Amino acid sequence: MKIHEYQAKQLLRGFGVTTLRSVACFSVDEAVKAAGDLGGSVWVVKAQIHAGGRGKGGGVKIARSIDEVRDLSSNILGMQLKTHQTGAEGQKVRRLLIEEGADISKELYVGIVVDRGSQRVCVMVSPDGGMDIEEVAAKTPERIHKVYVDPDAGLTIQEADGLSRKMGIANASLAQSASMLQSLYKAFWALDASLVEINPMIVTGDGDVIALDAKMSFDENALFRHSELVALRDLEEEDPAEVEASKHDLSYISLDGDIGCLVNGAGLAMATMDAIKLFGGEPANFLDVGGGATTEKVTEAFKLMLRNPNLKAILVNIFGGIMRCDIIATGVVEAARQVKLAVPLVVRMKGTNEDIGRKLLAESGLPIISADNMGEAAQKIVAATRSAD
Amino acid sequence: MAILIDKHTKVITQGITGKTGRFHTRACREYANGAECFVAGVHPNKAGQDFEGIPIFASVRDAKEATGATVSVIYVPPSGAAGAIQEAVDADLDLVICITEGIPVRDMVKVRYRMQKESRKTILLGPNCPGVITPDELKIGIMPGHIHRSGSIGVVSRSGTLTYEAVAQLTELGLGQSTAVGIGGDPVNGLKHIDVLQKFNDDPATEAVVMIGEIGGTDEETAALWAKDNMNKPVVGFIAGVTAPAGKRMGHAGAIISGGKGTADEKLAVMQECGISVTRNPADMGKLLKSVLK
Repeated sequence: MKIHEYQAKQLLRGFGVTTLRSVACFSVDEAVKAAGDLGGSVWVVKAQIHAGGRGKGGGVKIARSIDEVRDLSSNILGMQLKTHQTGAEGQKVRRLLIEEGADISKELYVGIVVDRGSQRVCVMVSPDGGMDIEEVAAKTPERIHKVYVDPDAGLTIQEADGLSRKMGIANASLAQSASMLQSLYKAFWALDASLVEINPMIVTGDGDVIALDAKMSFDENALFRHSELVALRDLEEEDPAEVEASKHDLSYISLDGDIGCLVNGAGLAMATMDAIKLFGGEPANFLDVGGGATTEKVTEAFKLMLRNPNLKAILVNIFGGIMRCDIIATGVVEAARQVKLAVPLVVRMKGTNEDIGRKLLAESGLPIISADNMGEAAQKIVAATRSAD
Repeated sequence: MAILIDKHTKVITQGITGKTGRFHTRACREYANGAECFVAGVHPNKAGQDFEGIPIFASVRDAKEATGATVSVIYVPPSGAAGAIQEAVDADLDLVICITEGIPVRDMVKVRYRMQKESRKTILLGPNCPGVITPDELKIGIMPGHIHRSGSIGVVSRSGTLTYEAVAQLTELGLGQSTAVGIGGDPVNGLKHIDVLQKFNDDPATEAVVMIGEIGGTDEETAALWAKDNMNKPVVGFIAGVTAPAGKRMGHAGAIISGGKGTADEKLAVMQECGISVTRNPADMGKLLKSVLK
């Protein structure tokens, strides 16, 4: 689960992380008032969306007068902000952060993630802050420094100090930097985060160490013990189809193609998408109905897929192991009737009672195309999509 | 012969009284030698009771001492599952198989850290996995037993239904399995592809291996590089997620392309360089395996 920059900063301040003074705003008037309240002569107007790359996309601007705050805020608020993480349509800006200006002398990078190889939390730093860190990792990997943290000890003062030195922090600011790193690690661990990223962390002309930006996301499996985080969820930032799917315990992800697929199991769902692509089609979604594919769930899954205006055909691929194929067939027929299905439907079922399942589909009177295996199913659905054109 | 489990294995079920635990314990008992193998259940407040004749003990340690069981399977809900793994590790079981999906990563980081720091002998399979089956001997987990057939092909996979798909393809071609292992879809887990490949390599009953991976992490690459220098049996592979977009979690917590790493194309390329035959058609996994047999 992702949250906004202003929410992340609020959380991190609770762990002792230093940030600039700022105010979250939902309208231009609020932004103007916030700038007045903050005082000073320079402000930064920052679009609050969940995607990264906001600066490059034109969502972060410096204002040198209250009038400029007003102009920039009205430009940014409501814009479709496009970044490398939003996709071509961009994301509508509904919230702003008005922040006081800063005197930046150094920009650094700090990132914290769980490392799969070592199975520990990894704290990464680089003296090259403010840049795309993936580019730094690709071009100058020697400029990224890592510590794999012992979960019993946490990030020690020695480790935090060592990382700070590797970022090139001057002696006068070392204590502040080390304390910042320790606070960030504590927040990561305490909040079950999956990512904490400060890009950039800055050193000011006076030697103060400040988190200028903040990005956090959280382990969804741990949200049951963090009601304070669940309250920060901004559903407007998420794909409505994915939000709807999660209500029905379906795992759904929108994609760019026109062939809907309904599959049980994440691995098989990905493999089904791959088979569609292999035979020249483009999947419209990833959809895992999970182990207990009841009629209700299958019906909801059909409804979800049919919301997509690009959808031209649906492929159902079920491996009925514990779940019996006759039950799934009943669910598919029922769902197709309920939603008055008008697009071609190819069904491939394998496993327990597959013969009865196929018979049920054949006798339903619905124009369902049967397939024996995944490859054949993919070929048939691609052909059906083409003839629908 | 087989790997990890056989018909002599004695199994403790942690979470035997929950809905999932009851359902799958029944199915596992009905499969092959299951009735003799599932010897104990664990529930802290139900010691002395039984589940359809399987005695329930207060702790894994008690169950182990009373029955001599060396393996456990866990169906405990996510909030308590890491604790259940820890309990099995503390009781020095040989193998613990965690089926539970949705365990917080931080809990797994803690458990794995303690297992490594204390050099525990227990092997962990999972979490978020279908389990392991040695056909016609013993099934521990949630896979459908009837699609399997005993034979000489090893199967290792991160996914559930995609594993069944591969097994069914093999069985249809008349190729039985020595053991089929689902290592699970979580980012922090126990056995990885490389560990299972090593075991299949050492198992005289295994002739060839199907290795199925998916996007995210670098475990498949690590296993492929090991296989290149060490594996003396043919391995074929498939990686799910060629079409998956970056930054999106595809169902499994571990199935995500991040920082440009963990793409299916990258994994397929490394596997091929290491002498593993791969297919991009998930319907052809069985055929591909058959084509590499001597």
